[in-house]
Amino acid sequence: MLEIKNLHANINGKEILKGINLTVKPGEVHAIMGPNGSGKSTLSSVLSGNPAFTVTEGEVTFYGKNLLELSPEDRSREGVFMSFQYPVEIPGVSMVNFMRTAVNEHRKYKGLDPMSASDFLKLMREKKELVELDNKLANRSVNEGFSGGEKKRNEIFQMAMLEPRLSILDETDSGLDIDALRIVANGVNKLKSKDNASIVITHYQRLLDYIVPDFVHVLYKGRIVKSAGKELALELEEKGYDWIKKELGE
Amino acid sequence: MMEIEQSYIKIYKDFAQLIKENSAEVMNRGRDKAFERFEQLGFPTRKSEDYKYTDIRGRYAIDFGMNLRRVSFPINPYSVFKCDVPGINSHLFFVVNDSFYHDPQGDNTCKEIEELTRQGVLIGSLKEHAEKYPEIVEAYYEKAADTENDGSVAFNAAFAQDGFFLYVPKNVKVEKPIQLINVMRADSDTLANSRNLIILEEGAQAKFLVCAHTMDTCKFLCNRVTEVFVGRNASFEQYKLENTSNNMTNIGTLYVEQAADSNVLVNEITLHNGITRNNIRVNLNGEQAETTLCGMAIGDKEEHIDNTTVINHNVPKCHSTELYKYVLNDKATGVFAGRILVKKDAQKTEAYQSNKNLCATKDAHIYSKPQLEIYADDVKCSHGATTGQIDENALFYMRSRGISEREGRMLLMLAFTNDVVEKISVEALKSRIHLLVEKRFRGELSKCAGCVICKE
Repeated sequence: MLEIKNLHANINGKEILKGINLTVKPGEVHAIMGPNGSGKSTLSSVLSGNPAFTVTEGEVTFYGKNLLELSPEDRSREGVFMSFQYPVEIPGVSMVNFMRTAVNEHRKYKGLDPMSASDFLKLMREKKELVELDNKLANRSVNEGFSGGEKKRNEIFQMAMLEPRLSILDETDSGLDIDALRIVANGVNKLKSKDNASIVITHYQRLLDYIVPDFVHVLYKGRIVKSAGKELALELEEKGYDWIKKELGE
Repeated sequence: MMEIEQSYIKIYKDFAQLIKENSAEVMNRGRDKAFERFEQLGFPTRKSEDYKYTDIRGRYAIDFGMNLRRVSFPINPYSVFKCDVPGINSHLFFVVNDSFYHDPQGDNTCKEIEELTRQGVLIGSLKEHAEKYPEIVEAYYEKAADTENDGSVAFNAAFAQDGFFLYVPKNVKVEKPIQLINVMRADSDTLANSRNLIILEEGAQAKFLVCAHTMDTCKFLCNRVTEVFVGRNASFEQYKLENTSNNMTNIGTLYVEQAADSNVLVNEITLHNGITRNNIRVNLNGEQAETTLCGMAIGDKEEHIDNTTVINHNVPKCHSTELYKYVLNDKATGVFAGRILVKKDAQKTEAYQSNKNLCATKDAHIYSKPQLEIYADDVKCSHGATTGQIDENALFYMRSRGISEREGRMLLMLAFTNDVVEKISVEALKSRIHLLVEKRFRGELSKCAGCVICKE
């Protein structure tokens, strides 16, 4: 479903991605690991359409469509979802209003009628349970006053509401304690199906104990330098990234 | 230097007698003196610090018609503005241009008035009540207004012949909000001076909703002065909504005198306008008085909104709060000048001021001037002013969930102005304003006939 070919991207003139190649098929979980500064967040930003980044070369197709030509909102409506590493707070915009607008814009894109208020609230209640998000959420502004763990759980809640085909989890585990981690991973796993796929970006192997990947890729200095199965994550945990650098002859 | 004023000076000199014949004796008493003051002061100019950013004087330069003979207009606003919003069950009154409107059928105005008169409330034309109840009116008329120092106010005191009057006796609580629609209706450029007087005795309560509208596209200038006297333990709420046109110059001056234990809330919202200058001066004259001044302005094209406020903490233990927000687009400009004066013995004063602004374009400008003058030493005062643009991170976050850029910007602007709208205690009005603000941001708010409060 996702084909990334020779993707180059920069920010403020500095090239971060130097030729990424990646293929993701439905039903697969791909983990992307790598040291700081390797370009992990840049990759997720470029895929979601963050205007701060410029693509200089390469192409990305999503179910045959040129993803790079689509606006961020259209990418979302096509079925791409990104869980942010640092979800932003939006005071004054309620969670309910936010989600309802998003859900209805998705429906409009697909030619469906907007959801009725009662159906929508029912949907919200259902999906909240997936990540154990409690009721006070509904009246609060988006992420306002949420703890780190609550923010991450809120990301997965939104993912559950929007039912994406491809979810990109950008360091979803950062700042989480064991319990929060377990809830988040649980939510992600429950949403997994043979028709959707995930790209899990992480530093630590720990998350991958819960969200088991089919493929692990190591991103280093803007390129994917090594790809293998889930054992690669364990090897990295043991040997660190220096081992990869040595392999590359540094 | 005084050319603009010359034509008005000549009008007064030629027609002083006519003006007085068409008004009440109590209102006429100070007229000549006010006129002399106006002759000396002229209209406020940009040279004065208080009017640095707002050119009021220039707007008077147009050859306006003034309705000194009190010719009534052949429209019945009650038939045009049918109020059918559920829940905003208000007592509805009109000031057309510069006169209080009497429904010729005797129907609308009288029925509502009867209900209130039973409680001892006096409500209606200022001119008529000044004639019928001179003892009440003269005790308050011109007692708060700063005719001595403000040229616009002196001009108003010289020329205003009528307006709205409300008197609420001791301990009477007017349950339904009183709604006044100031509508400008004329076939040629018109200037209207009107005067409002509101008196709440001890323990009285009233909620007052004022809407400003224009029904035509010629140039209008409104110079309205309102004096409000709030007695001990009385409670007064005033909501002002402006939805006029780019040809409107709207000058509103509000003087509030508060006695001990009284409570006042003023919330002025500008949706569409030309040039607006809202002056507010509050005198806190008794301990434990509380005052809240809020305002919100949404401007685009070349609209200009100026909110200049003065809160005088004259005695100890009073509490004041100010919250003003502006959302400016295109080349719109805004001014917020909030002065808080805490006198030497006004200990235990609490005064909080906040001005937040969103300039969505490069050419939109806000001039924000917070002024705190504190002479007492046991007080809690703060002020904050911030100006920014839309939070791009928040916008991207929304887009990444499928919300279009346009919708996202709108939600963010709505979120920004939300708390000012929340400071409306009349639930039905609050919901209605939320809706109107949303329509305004979506560009769906019509500027033409009909009170937007009441109908689409």
